[in-house]
Amino acid sequence: MAIPLSYNLRNVFQRPVSTLTTALGVGLTVAIFIGALALASGFQAALIKSGSSDNAMALRKGAGSEISSGISRDQANILRALPGVATGSDGRPLVSADLVVVTNKPRLGQPGSSNITVRGIDPGSLGLRPQIKIVSGRMFAPGTDEVIVGERIAKRFENCGIGERIRFQQRDFTVVGHFTGDGASFESEIWGDNAVLMPALQRDNTFQSVTFRLKDPASFAALEKQLEADPRLGIQLRRESEFYSSQSELLGNIIRFMGVFITVIMAVGAVFGAMNTMYAAVGARTREIATLLVLGFTPLSVMLSFMIESVILALFGGLIGCLLALPINGIVTSTTNFSSFSELAFAFRVTPQALIAGLVFAALMGLVGGFLPSLRAARQPLAKSLRES
Amino acid sequence: MNFLKLVLVNLGRNKRRTFLTTMSVMVALFLFCALGGVLDTLNAAIEVGSETRLVSRNAISLIFPMPLSYRERIAATPGVSNVTIQNWFGGQDPKDPRNFFAQFAVDGKTFFPIYASDMEIVDASPPQMQVAMPSGMDPKLASYMMERTACVVGEKLMLKNKWKLGQTITLAGTIYPGEWPLTIRAVYRAKNKSFGDETMFFHWDYLSEKGMGGSGSVGVYVLQLSAPDQAADIARKIDATFQNSSAATRTESERAFQAGFVSMYGNLPFVIRVIGLAVAFAILLVAANTMVMAIRERTNEFGVLKTLGFEDGTVFRMVLIEAAAITLIGGSIGAIGAKLLIENSGFNAGGMLPPMSVHWRTVGTGIGVALLVGAVSGLIPAWQASKLRIVDALRRVN
Repeated sequence: MAIPLSYNLRNVFQRPVSTLTTALGVGLTVAIFIGALALASGFQAALIKSGSSDNAMALRKGAGSEISSGISRDQANILRALPGVATGSDGRPLVSADLVVVTNKPRLGQPGSSNITVRGIDPGSLGLRPQIKIVSGRMFAPGTDEVIVGERIAKRFENCGIGERIRFQQRDFTVVGHFTGDGASFESEIWGDNAVLMPALQRDNTFQSVTFRLKDPASFAALEKQLEADPRLGIQLRRESEFYSSQSELLGNIIRFMGVFITVIMAVGAVFGAMNTMYAAVGARTREIATLLVLGFTPLSVMLSFMIESVILALFGGLIGCLLALPINGIVTSTTNFSSFSELAFAFRVTPQALIAGLVFAALMGLVGGFLPSLRAARQPLAKSLRES
Repeated sequence: MNFLKLVLVNLGRNKRRTFLTTMSVMVALFLFCALGGVLDTLNAAIEVGSETRLVSRNAISLIFPMPLSYRERIAATPGVSNVTIQNWFGGQDPKDPRNFFAQFAVDGKTFFPIYASDMEIVDASPPQMQVAMPSGMDPKLASYMMERTACVVGEKLMLKNKWKLGQTITLAGTIYPGEWPLTIRAVYRAKNKSFGDETMFFHWDYLSEKGMGGSGSVGVYVLQLSAPDQAADIARKIDATFQNSSAATRTESERAFQAGFVSMYGNLPFVIRVIGLAVAFAILLVAANTMVMAIRERTNEFGVLKTLGFEDGTVFRMVLIEAAAITLIGGSIGAIGAKLLIENSGFNAGGMLPPMSVHWRTVGTGIGVALLVGAVSGLIPAWQASKLRIVDALRRVN
C-alpha cells in the first residue's frame, strides 16, 4: 500500500526554513537554465522570423552568408524576370535584389563600436516582407539619400534618431523613419534604396542576394533544380526561412552549450543541497519511519514516499525558478552574430516549453538528490530505530 | 580543550553532511571561477596586440578591402618603418565545416620580420636550394618562401588536426570561391600566449592571383613604427591622407583593433556577472541550510558547553568558524581546481580568443566570496547559539 501524498506535503511544509533554502537553491539553478534557453530561443526566433517559406533566396554558390555572396546586376535581372515570381497588388513582381553591407558604427551610451548591417532593397518590394511596419516617421523615398532604421538598434547606436544624419563612406544619409519587423533580425538593420546605396558604398553592380515570392511555394524544388543548373547564374537557391534558420545555428548552439554547461554544474551543487536536506529529514523521522514499517508499509513504498517528497521539494524550487525567470521575458539584449558579422538585437523569449523543461529539470534534481536518503529510510534497522530516543 | 580542535571534532560529527556541503561549495566555486575566467580571458583579449604597431582598415568596416596602392603611400609616411598586408581568408575544411580555424593571407617578406617578436618557427621543410632571405627573417622559412601554395601553421592547430609537415590541406573558400590546396612547409610557436598557436598563414600573392583576379585588395595594413611614441599622430596623418579617396581608412593601435572584436560580444560580460551572482547566492543558501541544521541538532550540547563555562562570545565564534571552515575548504578546492583544469584544457574558442585563463586574482576573489558566504551563513545560527539560555537549551528535546 502506498503512503498518502498528504503525508509528504505536510512534512515538506513542517520545516519551512530548510525547505525554502533548498527550494531556492534549486530555483536559482532552474532560473539560470530557463534564462539560457530563453536567450537561445530569442536569438533563433529573431532569425527564423526573418524568413518566410513562401520566399526563395538566391546566393552565390558556396556562400554561407549574405556578406560572402555576390550576384551581378545581370544575374539579378535574369532572376527578376522569372515566370515563377509572384506579383504584388500593384502588378509588379515581388522581388528584391538586396545590397548587404556591414558598417562599423559607435554605440550609443557605452564605449566601443560594433557592426550594423545596411541593406539596400528594391523600393516597392515591401510586399515581400509584410512584417515590416514603420512605427515612427515614414518610409524612405525611392531615389533619395533617405534611410529607415530598425527600432531595436535605433537606441543602441549613434546618429540613428529620426532627422539625424548618418554617414556611410563619403555620403550622409538622413534617417526618416524607424521600423519594426515582428522581432525579426531586420529590426537590427538599416534599410535604404539599393540604387542610391550601391554607388555610395562602392559596390559596383554586385548585389548580395536576390529574394522573391514564389507564385506557387510547392514549385520550389523544381525551380531550385532549374536555376542551379543554369550556367549563367552560378547561384544556389534556398527557401528564405531555411537560410535564416541556418544563420542562427552556430551562435544558438554556442549559447545552448554554455547554458547546459553552467546549469549542469549548478545542478550538481543544488543536488548536494537537496541531499543534505533529505538526509536531515530522514534522520529526524527515524522513529516515524520505523513505525510506518512496523505498521506494514513495505520498504519500497517508504522509499517511494521519500523520493516523492524530494521531488515535491524540488518542484517547489522549480516553480520559484520559473517565477524568477519570467520577468526576463522581453528584455532586449544584443550580440554579434558571427554568421553575418554584425550586431543582432533580440529579446529573451521565455517559452512554455522552456518553463516545462525547467520543471522537468527540477524534478530530475529532486529524484537524484532524494535517491540515497530514501534508500537509507527504507533500509532502517527496525529494532534499533524504535529503541532510539 | 583546544578551541580549534573542538571545531574540527564538530565538523566530523556528521561527516556526510559536512562532505556534501563542502562538495556543493566546491562545485559552486568552480563555476564561479570558471565564469570569472571567461571575463579574465575577454579582458586579456583586449590586451592582445602591440601598442606600438598600427593597423589600418577600411573605415566602413573590416569587410571592405582597400586598394594595394595605399601600401606605398603608407610606407612613405614619416615614422613608419615597415608595412605588411593581411587578408582574412575564411576557408573551410571541406571534410568538416565545423572545424573552424583562422587563416590569413600574408605578405611573407614583411609579415614574418614584423612579427618575429611574437612567433618563432619550430619546424620546417628543408629548402630545395639555398636562397637569399630578406633581413630579419627566419632562414627556416626558405622552403615556404619558394613555394607558391605553401603555408605556415601553428603548433596546436597541427596537433589538433593531426597534420604533418609537408601535408597538403585543401580548403574550400567561402569568400574566395574554389578549392585551395595548401602545403604545410613550416610550423610556428607563439612566443607570447596571446598571439595564439592555431592560425594558418599563406601567401597573399597566391590569394590575389587566384581569388581576386590579380586586382589585389588588401584586408588590413599592419604598420611597424620607427617612432612608436608618435603613434597617434601617425595614425591621424594616414587617415587624413585617404580621407577623400575611394576607401577612407581607420588607423588605430593593434591593441585597440583587437579590442574592437571584444566589444562585439555586447552584453556578454554583464550576463556572466549576473550568473556569477546567482551562483554565489545559491551556495549561500546551501551553506546556511547546513549551519541551521547543525545548530538545531546540537542545541542540548550548547547548553552543556555553556554550563561548563563557555562564554556567549566563544560559542558565537565557534559556530562562525565552523561555517567558514566548510566554505573555505570547499571554496579553495573549487577555485584552484578551476584554475588548473581550465588552463590545462587550453580552450580558446577556435583561436578567436587567447587561451582561457583564470587569474590568481579571480581565484582569490572566489576564495574571498567563499569565506564571506561562510561567515554570512553562520551569522544567524551563531547568534542564536550564543543567545541560547542554558535552561531552554537543556530542556529542549529533539
